[in-house]
This record gives sequence, C-alpha cells and structure tokens, in this order.
Amino acid sequence: MTEMSELNQAAHTEFHPRWYRKRLSTWWWLGEWHYLVFILRELSSLSVAWFVGLTLFQLRAFMRGPDSYGRFTDTLQSPIMIALNLIAFCFIMLHAITWFNLAPRAMPVRVGGKRVPEFLVAAPNYVLWIAVSAFVAWLLLRTS
Amino acid sequence: MADKIVLEIARYAPERDDKPSFQSFEVPLRKEWVVLDALNYIKDKVDGTLTYRWSCRMGICGSCGMMVNGEPKLTCATFLTSYGNNATVRVEPLRYFPVIRDLVTALSDFLVKLQKVKPWLIHPNQPPLSAGEFLQTPEQLDLYKQFSMCINCTLCYAACPVVGLDQEFVGPAALALAQRYNLDNRDQGSAERLATLAHPDGIWGCTFVGECTRVCPKHVDPAGAIQQYKLTAALDWVKSFILPRGHKDAPQETAHD
Ligand code: SF4
Ligand code: FES
Repeated sequence: MTEMSELNQAAHTEFHPRWYRKRLSTWWWLGEWHYLVFILRELSSLSVAWFVGLTLFQLRAFMRGPDSYGRFTDTLQSPIMIALNLIAFCFIMLHAITWFNLAPRAMPVRVGGKRVPEFLVAAPNYVLWIAVSAFVAWLLLRTS
Repeated sequence: MADKIVLEIARYAPERDDKPSFQSFEVPLRKEWVVLDALNYIKDKVDGTLTYRWSCRMGICGSCGMMVNGEPKLTCATFLTSYGNNATVRVEPLRYFPVIRDLVTALSDFLVKLQKVKPWLIHPNQPPLSAGEFLQTPEQLDLYKQFSMCINCTLCYAACPVVGLDQEFVGPAALALAQRYNLDNRDQGSAERLATLAHPDGIWGCTFVGECTRVCPKHVDPAGAIQQYKLTAALDWVKSFILPRGHKDAPQETAHD
C-alpha cells in the first residue's frame, strides 16, 4: 500500500504537474454489457441460496407429515411464489451456464501433455446436468 | 466523394486543462489503415501536438493501447474500415490509468506491481554452467508458454473493473506473469511469490469478470492463470492446515510435476 502511494506522490514533481485521474462511478457496471452480465452472474448466487432454503423447508415439511407437506405445496402455488421461483430459475440458468463455460478456464485439463480443447472440458458438465435433470423429470412424471 | 472517417480524440494538457475534452478530426479512410495510421496522419498533417505512444506498429511492443469506442485495443491492430465509412470513432487513453497528456497513460503503478510479483527465474540452487544447458521438454514448455506471450500492453488492466475500483490490486498481466514463472520447471521462486499472490490485493482480489482474457491481443488468458493459481493456493492452504509443520512450498511441487 505505502509503496504505491509513495510512488504517486513522488510522481507529482514539476515534470508531472497534474495527472488526470478519474473516479469510477458506483454505476460502472451499467455502462457495459459484459460488466452487466458479470454483476447478474454474481447476483445469481442469491437464487442459489433461495433454492437451497426452499429445499430445506420442503424437507422439513416432508418430515412433519402429510398435513405440513400439503400446506407447503399450497404455499408454492401462490402467484407470488410462482413469480419468485420463475425469476430465481432464470438466474439459476444464467448461473449454471456462465459457470460451466468458465470451468475450462479455471481447470485446464491435460491429456498426454496436450491441453484438452475448452469445449471438451465444458461439455461433460452439460451432459451431466441434462442427464440428472432427465432422471429427476422421469422420477417425477413416472408416478403421476 | 472520397471515403472518410471522423476521429473523436480525448485531449488533455495538464498545464491548461482541468479535465480531458474531445476534439474531432476528419481523416481519409484508406483500406489498410488502422487507428494508429489515422493518429499519425493527424500528427503529421493537422495537429503536431497530439500526444500518444507507439513503436512497432505490428502488435509486438505493446505501447499503442487505447480505448477505441470504449474497448481496450491495440491501435496498430484495429482497422478503421471495421467501423465503416463516415463513422465516428472515439479514441481515449486506456481506462483506469492516470492520464499524463492526451492519450498517454502513466505506467508507474503498473511497473511497481509487475516488479512485486518477481517475474524472473529464481533458482538459488542453480547448477554450475559446466553442468550444461537446462533441458526442457515440449510438455514442460507448454505448461507456461501461453502466459509468457504477454507484451505488457496493459489492455487487460483497462478491461478489469477491479483495477478501477481498487488501486492496489496487482492486476491481470502481473498475476499471469507470476504464474508463468511459477509453472516453469527451472524456477524455484513460487514460495517467495506466494505472499504477494495469495493476498486480497493479489489473486483473491479477482472476481473472475473474465474481461482481461477477452481483450488480450496475445491470448494470454490472465483470468485462467489467476483461477488456476487460486486452486493451487487453496490446496496449499488445506495441506498446510492438515499437515502439522514444515510444509511450506507446495506450489513449487505442483509447478514441477
Ligand atoms: S496479459 Fe494480454 S492484455 Fe494483459 S498486458 Fe499482457 S498481452 Fe496485454
Ligand atoms: S505499436 Fe507496437 S503494439 Fe501497437
């Protein structure tokens, strides 16, 4: 910290009368599409927390018996809950897709000394995602 | 009518201005011209006081970086024709850096940060010259080669909002370069670099916006380098937490295998 600020002060000699420095506005992320997507991706973690919470409450209702579970599913059917869950779902999709696409960045996989192409690292995530979703869908639709 | 293009250029004279303002110049639009050619045209024919940096005009020296229509670009590699006839192109100094004059940014902060990560080979136990050359296999070279392509153009700093928000953040290029040496099997300095890198102003300052990688003209992928180092540092912390004592240099080990 000191190193850098000392340097800045030292730079204000007569040969550098005034460097122009611009402060970043609080709304920096609104001006640029890529920044906005980043902020939305960060915000999407709230949706993850929301669904984790929801699942915990569902589990609790389930453990307390059919009455409790019935009340829980009734709550889920209220328009507010449906709207909230729809929004949260969209954010979850954004979360999953953006992170799957970033995975090859953080984990370069090497086979035989050669780096595996990025899409081959991202692809298994998608395959697994679709497989698990299909299994859950089958599980739910089978009985009804 | 001859093809032309308008350049809106940020001008700032420290002895006269409080803040930068834009000045428009009309420039003929030639098929092979890049933004830098237009700047040179203006400097030669219209206004000799226009100040900017350039040297190689072939994407090697890294000195001609500017914001072109809000994007960090090497101006010697950005064709005017891609903006179309009669277009207006905004040219500004690289974002988040202090401006010295017109399009010239101050690099001293960046150079301090670069030096902090010790981007050179550290090898205290270097064998004597008589032992012969240090052989490196293509696989060993491949581990760090991508991160060694950096030309210090600082486009990635101008792309990174964390750089804009936190002046002390070491930043993409310097962190990628540190990783370049950490991954080099001739280097034994990763333990020395750890304190600077595994720090809130180092890799943990990065929120993985990913813009540095998108704008890098040399495909260095600084964002990847930083995330990979995060993994190494986290594993190292876990190891040092579990293992009792005397475990100091895990990143070095991972760098060598
Ligand atoms: S990492 Fe890429 S964008 Fe950043 S300074 Fe190096 S070459 Fe330029
Ligand atoms: S002038 Fe050297 S990189 Fe553009």
